[in-house]
Amino acid sequence: MKNWKKWAAPAGLILILILVWELAVRVNGIPLYVLPAPSQVIRSLIADRATLAGHAGVTVMEALAGMAIALVLALALGMAMDAFPAVKNGLYPILVVTQTVPMIVLAPILIIYLGFGLTPKILTVVLMCFFPIVVSFTDAMGQMDEEYVHLVRSFGAGKWQVYRLVKIPAAVPGLVSGLKVAATYSISGAVVGEWIGAQSGLGYYLIRVKNSYMLDKVFACVLVIVALSLCMNGVIRLYQMVSMPYGEKKD
Amino acid sequence: MKLEISGLSFSYSDRDVLDQLDIQVGEGEFVSILGASGCGKSTILKLLTGVLTPAAGRIAVDGEEIHGMTGHFAYMPQNDLLFPWKTILDNVCLYGRIHGTMDSARKEARENMAAFGLAGYEDAYPSSLSGGMRQRAAFLRTALCKSEILLLDEPFGALDVITRGEMQDWLLSMRKKMNRTVVLVTHDMDEAIYLSDRILILGGRPSRVICQLTPETPAEGRSRDWLYGQGELRRRIHREIMGDGDARERESSAGKERS
Repeated sequence: MKNWKKWAAPAGLILILILVWELAVRVNGIPLYVLPAPSQVIRSLIADRATLAGHAGVTVMEALAGMAIALVLALALGMAMDAFPAVKNGLYPILVVTQTVPMIVLAPILIIYLGFGLTPKILTVVLMCFFPIVVSFTDAMGQMDEEYVHLVRSFGAGKWQVYRLVKIPAAVPGLVSGLKVAATYSISGAVVGEWIGAQSGLGYYLIRVKNSYMLDKVFACVLVIVALSLCMNGVIRLYQMVSMPYGEKKD
Repeated sequence: MKLEISGLSFSYSDRDVLDQLDIQVGEGEFVSILGASGCGKSTILKLLTGVLTPAAGRIAVDGEEIHGMTGHFAYMPQNDLLFPWKTILDNVCLYGRIHGTMDSARKEARENMAAFGLAGYEDAYPSSLSGGMRQRAAFLRTALCKSEILLLDEPFGALDVITRGEMQDWLLSMRKKMNRTVVLVTHDMDEAIYLSDRILILGGRPSRVICQLTPETPAEGRSRDWLYGQGELRRRIHREIMGDGDARERESSAGKERS
């Protein structure tokens, strides 16, 4: 009942906006190359589904690979920063500054260095996803009650056991929050990478249809990107529900 | 003597906390350290467990001097500090998990669940337990340590008054069964009187033991009614804690004359 109410408002609003949009396009006779009607978008989504699915597959693969690499790097660096304050003091501010460099500037540079293959796209995803994961993980470890550490140390736990028994599990809810943000970015990251130069993927498809002024297909592709991003976010949410049955979920 | 602390001093960067502290605890004895907040009670426990290092002094267990983390002590904090991501059974078996004796720890834990009022909650998560139950689980976790000396740091301080009373009754009844050496840190006079063989009162700045008191009735003979009759002992403790400075001055100068 509560869930239903939570979803009703945004769903209703979107429905109204779509109806207004559809009516505005039809009544004013706006041409396709300026603004397609929602119905046209859906039609091209269905008509082009095979092509879209193929490109989506490539994008999802890049996104997943990038996420996985970002996660491993973030865990390793997060633990290093927690174990050695000097590493944290040195790296953390630099990490924050790197986030201010626009990805749209970095992506072409990566392509110059690494060619038109998958590597620069995956790297784009890594660069976008790494930061939210590492920050949430490090902060969660830093914010945990020192008394937990005192407790397990007094029980005779070694340094590694402190991480394994307390710090890492305690940081998981924070880590998952970061992963949710990263998962949402991951598809966009891959698309940006493909946009700059690629032979396949949703970004490549977007460029192609945009250059042909097939705006209905551009919108259809955007729909796919939104859906995939939400799916990635949903997968993390599902993991959160399954892996944390103890009811301490923080968003 | 099971535990001997002599000449123990400690300072945080900005202030001296403990000065020349001497405490002796016998085998199987239940000793309370009573004092106002911030007087360094918890610091003593941190020094014993080796989380902090003393500036000076000696700590010995069974006559042998110890340094750093030794495994002689099982520490129980004020907040239950149960891991929210582990079940009660896994939580109370923490010692077994750390020392690779999980199977025997599980067995022992299951045998003790009922006595700790936790039967049927083995697979529950801490978030579904009441404050008192969580504290009993934390207590079981400490009791399942193989360490000889239990260090209780205001174990019931975070509970409401009624639950705290229940927990004190329960701990009094568990004392005989456990038969362990216990050092309890508390600022609750009644708790100290009710549970301890001996009460050490901490005072002064930096802190030292200003007074030792022994409730007359042994633990087996105590009840809430007995506790309500301990008005004189309470008054005495209160005077000591509130700092009857002149009296102490006289005592210490008398002490000096003797020595």
